[in-house]
Amino acid sequence: MYATRYSKPKNIEEAVSALHAAEDGKLLAGGMTLIPTLKQRLAAPDCLIDLSTIGLSGISGDGISGAGDGLIIGAMTTHAEVERSAHVQKQLPALSGLAGGIGDRQVRNCGTIGGSIANNDPAACYPAALLALAAQITTNKRTLAADDYFTGMFETALAEDEIITEIKFPKTHKASYAKFGNPASRYAMVGVFIAKTDAGGLRVAITGAGQDGVFRHNELEAALAQSFDVAAIDATAIEDSELMSDIHASADYRAHLIKEMSKRALQAIG
Amino acid sequence: MAQLSIIVNGQRHVNEIADNILLVDYIRETLALTGTHIGCDTSQCGACVVHVNGISVKSCTMLAAQADGAEVTTIEGISDGENLHPMQEAFHEQHGLQCGFCTPGMVMSAIELVEKNKDLSEQDIREGLEGNICRCTGYHNIVKAVQTAASKMQR
Repeated sequence: MYATRYSKPKNIEEAVSALHAAEDGKLLAGGMTLIPTLKQRLAAPDCLIDLSTIGLSGISGDGISGAGDGLIIGAMTTHAEVERSAHVQKQLPALSGLAGGIGDRQVRNCGTIGGSIANNDPAACYPAALLALAAQITTNKRTLAADDYFTGMFETALAEDEIITEIKFPKTHKASYAKFGNPASRYAMVGVFIAKTDAGGLRVAITGAGQDGVFRHNELEAALAQSFDVAAIDATAIEDSELMSDIHASADYRAHLIKEMSKRALQAIG
Repeated sequence: MAQLSIIVNGQRHVNEIADNILLVDYIRETLALTGTHIGCDTSQCGACVVHVNGISVKSCTMLAAQADGAEVTTIEGISDGENLHPMQEAFHEQHGLQCGFCTPGMVMSAIELVEKNKDLSEQDIREGLEGNICRCTGYHNIVKAVQTAASKMQR
C-alpha cells in the first residue's frame, strides 16, 4: 500500500472539508473493496476519510417510528446489521436475505450498504435491490432516484464531494432476490431482483450480467405485467448481445442464468 | 504517523503507527502476536480473523487506525491462563486441524458464530465458516469441533 493519510471526521461537514483539502481523497466506508484495492496499489489516495463515526448507521422507518411507509437504512449500516435486523426481516425479507448472501460473515460484519452502492460493482447485490425497489438515495446534497443514480459500471451520479447518508425503500408489496453466486467470491454471476412497489410498480432488475452494470429487464417486466407467473418468464427470449462475457461465464450462459434466477425469484416471492 | 490507542487481549497499547499499516501487521509485527496469520492477504482465507469490539473481522482488510480505541481479541487472548477456551479444547479433541495454519482464524470465527447463534445445524456451521478456508480440506472435523464446542458453550 502506498503511503496515505488517515482521517476520522466527527461529522459530515468535517468529512467534506477533509475531501476538499485532499488532492485525491477517498471516502472509507467498510473498506471491503477499497482496502484490497489499496493493497494492490491500484489506487493511491493521499487521504482516507473514515465515515464510521459520523452517525450514518442505523435502520428506521415504519414500525419503528410509526411514521412514514418505508424503510430507511443509514449508509454506514453493515450487511450483517441489515441481515439480522428483525425490522428488515419483517418488512422487507428479500433485502435481509440479500444482505445475508453477500461475501462471507466477516465481510458482512464490515461492508456497508452505502459503500456497496457508491462503488457500484457490476456484480454487487445491493444495486439490483435499489433499482427494483425504486429506492431513493439521499446524500449531503440531494435525494436521487435509483433510476438516475446508477450510471454505468463502477459509475454513479455522485459528485466528487457528495456523501451518501441514507437509502429509503418505499412501501413494498412483493419482493424477491435470487442469485447465482460465484463460488469463490460470492459476487453475483447473475442476480435477479423482482419487486412490486407503490413508487416503482413492477420491476425486474439484473446485476452481475450487464456490460454497464445493473439494469432493468424491460422484456421480463412486460411479460410479468401480462401474467405474473413462471410461464411468462419461460416464454420470454433473453437477449445476450449486451451481457458480460468473462472468465466466469459467457454472455450466452448469463442469459440462461437470468431466466433461471428470474424463475427462482418469482417462485420464492412474497 | 498517528497515535494508536488500542486494547488487545485486555492490555492497553499506545503506539505511533503509520497511517497505512494494516491491523494484522500491527498485531504481528508491533505486538509480536504471531498467532494471527496472513494466508491469502486478499480477504478470502480467514487466517487473519480477530475480534474487534466483539465482531469477527479479517484483520488483513482493516487499517490499524480504524481500530483506534477498540478492544481487540486475538487467538492468544481467548484461553484462561493454562485452561483452553472450549473452542480450542474441542478442536483438540476432535482433531479439527491438520497443518494448523488456518486454525487461529477458524477458532476466532467459530467463537463468534457460536456466541451469536443458538441451535446451529451442521449446515449453519458450514455456511458460518465460509469465510475461512482450510487448504488441507479438514472441514469435516472442524465442523465436528464447532458442534462439540457449541454444546459446551451454550450449556
